[in-house]
Order: sequence, then C-alpha cells, then structure tokens
Amino acid sequence: MQRVYEVMFIVRPDLLEEDVEKLIATLQGYATTAGATVQNVEKMGKRRLAYDVKKFQDGLYVLLTLQADGKAIHELERRMRVTEQVIKFITVRMDEEQQRLEKVRKLRAAHTKRPPAEAAVAEPETPTVNA
Amino acid sequence: MADESNHEVSSHAPRPQGRERSGPGGGAGRDPGGRKFFRRKKVCKFCVEKIDEISYKDVRTLQQFVAERGKIVPRRLTGVCTPHQRRLTSAIKRARNIALLPFAAR
Repeated sequence: MQRVYEVMFIVRPDLLEEDVEKLIATLQGYATTAGATVQNVEKMGKRRLAYDVKKFQDGLYVLLTLQADGKAIHELERRMRVTEQVIKFITVRMDEEQQRLEKVRKLRAAHTKRPPAEAAVAEPETPTVNA
Repeated sequence: MADESNHEVSSHAPRPQGRERSGPGGGAGRDPGGRKFFRRKKVCKFCVEKIDEISYKDVRTLQQFVAERGKIVPRRLTGVCTPHQRRLTSAIKRARNIALLPFAAR
C-alpha cells in the first residue's frame, strides 16, 4: 500500500557540500530501489540543534517527501541507522493529515458565510455534519 | 427606600457570581448592576487565524506554546481549543524528537 511519508533527517555538520549531495542521492537511491518514489527533496539548511546529538550542536536538516509502502520505509530507516553521517531522523506519515486538510479546506470554501471563529471551531466535528 | 435596598443587594451580587464562574463559566453579562470582573476571553489562535495544519516543522509557531524550560503550555493558559491542543501536542513532541525543540532546556 502506497502512502505518503515525510522523512526528515539530520546530517552531521562537518561534511562538505558535495558529500551531502552524494549522501542524499544515495539515500534516494535506497528509497527508489525499495519501491518508493521520491516526490520532493528539500534541504532546510544548517540549524542549531535544540540539544546535543552525538556531540554535535548543529546539523543539516534535509526533508524527503516520499510515496512508499511500509516495507520501503522500514528499509530506508534501517539504512539511515547504519549510515554514520545521518545523526537523527524521523518519519511521519502524511497522507491521513493531507486528507483531513483537504476536507477542512473544502468545508471552509462551502461555509464562507459563517463567522470565522464559529466556522473554525466547528471544523473538527464536520465529518459528522457532512454525513 | 426600596431603591436603596435594591442597591445593597446588587452590591453583594459579585460573590455568588464568583462562585458560579467556576461552574458554567458563562455568567459574565448576567448581572449588570454588580461589580464586573474582567477576564479577557482567550481565543484559540489556530481557530482565529485559520491555521489548519500544525506542522512539527514550524518551529516559530510551536515555540509560542512552549514554556521557557521546554514544557508544553497548558490549554487553560493559552486558550487553545481542545482539538488544536491535541494536534499541537503531537507536533511539539515530533519536533522534540528531531531536535527542533528541546525536551528540557538547561
């Protein structure tokens, strides 16, 4: 089952720019060979970490948006765990959230006449109203 | 005379009103004669600004709902509505996991 995931990972800050590119490319390669399709790659740049990770205070944040099944994600996570340059990662499933957002937007478009606060408060319960 | 006695009653009014407040919480405009306690009505930021998605990547927004030491600020202080607080909490926890927010600041 193909789902949309976001994989955010932190690369250690002492790598060269080209090495980072190479690393991202190889990780993408792992993902695609495992059966995932990469939708977007975003380098979010160097950031100060909120706490030390493996004795690093900074890190390069990279965000991958993937369409993959659970197995592919599992494989990618395993690979990242092994890869030393990746100091931390998190995978978040996005498809359910995206669906919810779409629903909310649609409802908002339909109920534009309502006062804003009331409409916003009513949103979470809207599925029942709809049905 | 009757007017005066009425006045006294209304001046005593705040006390029972204060008791009621902890209950339904909607007794603010009921007794115009009595002393009024102004407590600003807190509103949910996410409802007012129509922020649908509370993302763990949006550190700026999340930081407003985290105390100095990194604790999540309770709903009763921020005025965030329950559904949004729920999403906010999970977003903050995700952000902590990826070192965007601290678990505990020094």
